[in-house]
Amino acid sequence: MTKQSPANIATIPDEGIDKGGQRLTTDQITRVISRHLEEEGGARLKIYMETCVHCGLCSDACHFYLSNDHDPKFSPAGKVKQALAPIIRKKGRVSVDFIKKASEIAFTECNLCRRCVMYCPFGINIAYLMLFIRRICHKLGVVPQYIQDTAHSHSATMNQMWVKEDEWIDTLHWQEDEARDEIENLRIPLEKEGADIFYSVIGPEPKFRAQLIYQAAVIMNAAGMDWTMPATSGWDNSDMCMYTGDEEMVARLKKVHFEAAMRLKTKRIVMGECGHAFRSVHDVGNRYLGWKMSPLSVIHAIEFYYELFRDRKLRVRQKYSIPVTLHDPCNVVRGGGLHELARYVIHETCSRFVEMHPNREHNYCCGAGGGVINCGPPYTKKRESSSKVKADQLADAMARGAKVIIAPCHNCHSGLEDTVKHYGLDMEIKFLGDIIYECIYK
Amino acid sequence: MMHEIFSFVRGPMVWIAFTVFTVGSLYRFISMWRLAKKKDSVVFNYFSFFYALRSIGHWIFPFAGVNMRKHPAMTVVAFLFHICLFVVPIFLSAHVIMFKESWNISWRWLPDPAADIMVMIVIVCCLFFWGRRIFLKEVRYLTSVSDYLILAAVAAPFISGLWAYHQWTAFSAVMIVHIISGEILLMIIPFTKLSHMLFFPFTRGYMGSEFGAVRHAKDW
Ligand code: HEM
Ligand code: SF4
Ligand code: SF4
Repeated sequence: MTKQSPANIATIPDEGIDKGGQRLTTDQITRVISRHLEEEGGARLKIYMETCVHCGLCSDACHFYLSNDHDPKFSPAGKVKQALAPIIRKKGRVSVDFIKKASEIAFTECNLCRRCVMYCPFGINIAYLMLFIRRICHKLGVVPQYIQDTAHSHSATMNQMWVKEDEWIDTLHWQEDEARDEIENLRIPLEKEGADIFYSVIGPEPKFRAQLIYQAAVIMNAAGMDWTMPATSGWDNSDMCMYTGDEEMVARLKKVHFEAAMRLKTKRIVMGECGHAFRSVHDVGNRYLGWKMSPLSVIHAIEFYYELFRDRKLRVRQKYSIPVTLHDPCNVVRGGGLHELARYVIHETCSRFVEMHPNREHNYCCGAGGGVINCGPPYTKKRESSSKVKADQLADAMARGAKVIIAPCHNCHSGLEDTVKHYGLDMEIKFLGDIIYECIYK
Repeated sequence: MMHEIFSFVRGPMVWIAFTVFTVGSLYRFISMWRLAKKKDSVVFNYFSFFYALRSIGHWIFPFAGVNMRKHPAMTVVAFLFHICLFVVPIFLSAHVIMFKESWNISWRWLPDPAADIMVMIVIVCCLFFWGRRIFLKEVRYLTSVSDYLILAAVAAPFISGLWAYHQWTAFSAVMIVHIISGEILLMIIPFTKLSHMLFFPFTRGYMGSEFGAVRHAKDW
């Protein structure tokens, strides 16, 4: 038996990459890539590739590098060197095996967290370059199967989890029923035209975490908000297509989302606690639709909660007394600057707060983001071993007393759960909404 | 023979080098600008001067960013290197005098002992960069032959200049090497990774704009 190092690749085969690769020839690859370079390889690609002085200063930014024994193959520029530089140098004339390897690197060895942008003196955007490879893989049909499945779901159902319209509505009714046991007359208003708030969530919420919708309804109710959710597509704000390189689908998804909010004549969109969805709505999807910023105001749950406490719409019954720490999700902190607002909410609701280090913009990624966790079981081991710095960072916060990790992002939640379990940390992971739900006068 | 080479590299070749550098740089700017207009319109749409300058300011100020504090030796070396790299060629008395002789324009120059030290600083810094490429595995992994060649091309005019100034052996031949290597360095700037000099304000400025205006976050 050969010994398997934990960072070693796919012990479980990935059909998306293997079967996708089988269908390709070098000629096809060359044709697709050279067209892609012609159509989409612009000045950013060129400048990033040429300006990089190969100084290696970006390495310390990347948790893959830091966690895997400082193996330079995992450094940001190291990944570009392996997966993108040959494509450009050979103008797309690369082998099937090369593409399979490049796909694995771009999809499972980079969380697109953009931490390296803050470490490279030139601000070279490695995440952009990794996405460039992912888009090539998308065009070639060599995408890890699990994430491709969610992208298929998006295109067939306009949500990430193959949720049918009646299932969506049923779930809301069910949560409303449940909540009424606790709060009489509570409503989850469906299709309410002219409401102030259009509340949208990610596909996995109705599928796996319906109690979050329940909690959101309780918070909305306690704060006296005028809100609604749509009964049609557009309720799901998530977007795995943004991570598979399917930009056309990103535009379709965001269009449906914005249009649902506009059809209901709502004033603004409030999004649940998800990071990648925020990136997609706030920063990416709007661009593919030709909007510089989103066409109507969009705020993430963190900012929404912040407003509710600032305006004294919610009152705290009893502060949460177990010591908490905060994991700053890349997509709402490095991607949305919500770190101080999150701390405001925590100070309003918790009595003991322990910072983890590094924090705010410099926090380490949870290891799940950028679609990496969505690439599924073939890469779980690699993901876990690549979260070693994350585990050390959490263990340090734990040593200073923290027992609960607040992670206002779905992806981070799942990633941190795996990390905590894998490294045997005795910590619980919660959403901000969980804490608020526990603490407020309902 | 020696004399002919000398007058060629001191005469027409200087013109050629400066022309290649300026025209080459302009060409790079213009073609990149047009490419960006065609395929990267986001760069223009999201560019914000305030946030671009905010980011650039943090990155040209020593130790202003987290990563610079993590690598203090590299930071000190990189700043010393770049400062001396610019200051010495422009303010060296021998260079200023040449401009004075040819065009009758001149400006203040550095005292020779100061310039001497700064040249040595550049050389030591190049050795440091070279050492990093050999000894740090994350840098070694990214390094290819061209990185060594470019580093040598940067060091060459300084080493030969020091040599010629101190009139060590065969210094008049080394003087020719000095002039040629300086001209080569100037000419390769627009066409190698040394073009980071041209594009730094744009890459950093664009990222600063995206981070500042869209993402409300720092990027240093
Ligand atoms: C405004 C002009 C310039 C700026 C802002 C700039 C900036 C930088 C930065 C940020 C780095 C990265 C790492 C470090 O800090 O060392 C760097 C590296 C470097 N620069 Fe510049 N630079 C400029 C001009 C030049 C010029 C004119 C040359 C040479 C003719 C040069 C040669 C180098 C070299 C050789 C390195 C890499 C050292 C290595 O091998 O690791 N730079 N520069
Ligand atoms: S974006 Fe994040 S995960 Fe990807 S290379 Fe940069 S630091 Fe590493
Ligand atoms: S820090 Fe920037 S310039 Fe240096 S190797 Fe990394 S990407 Fe290239």
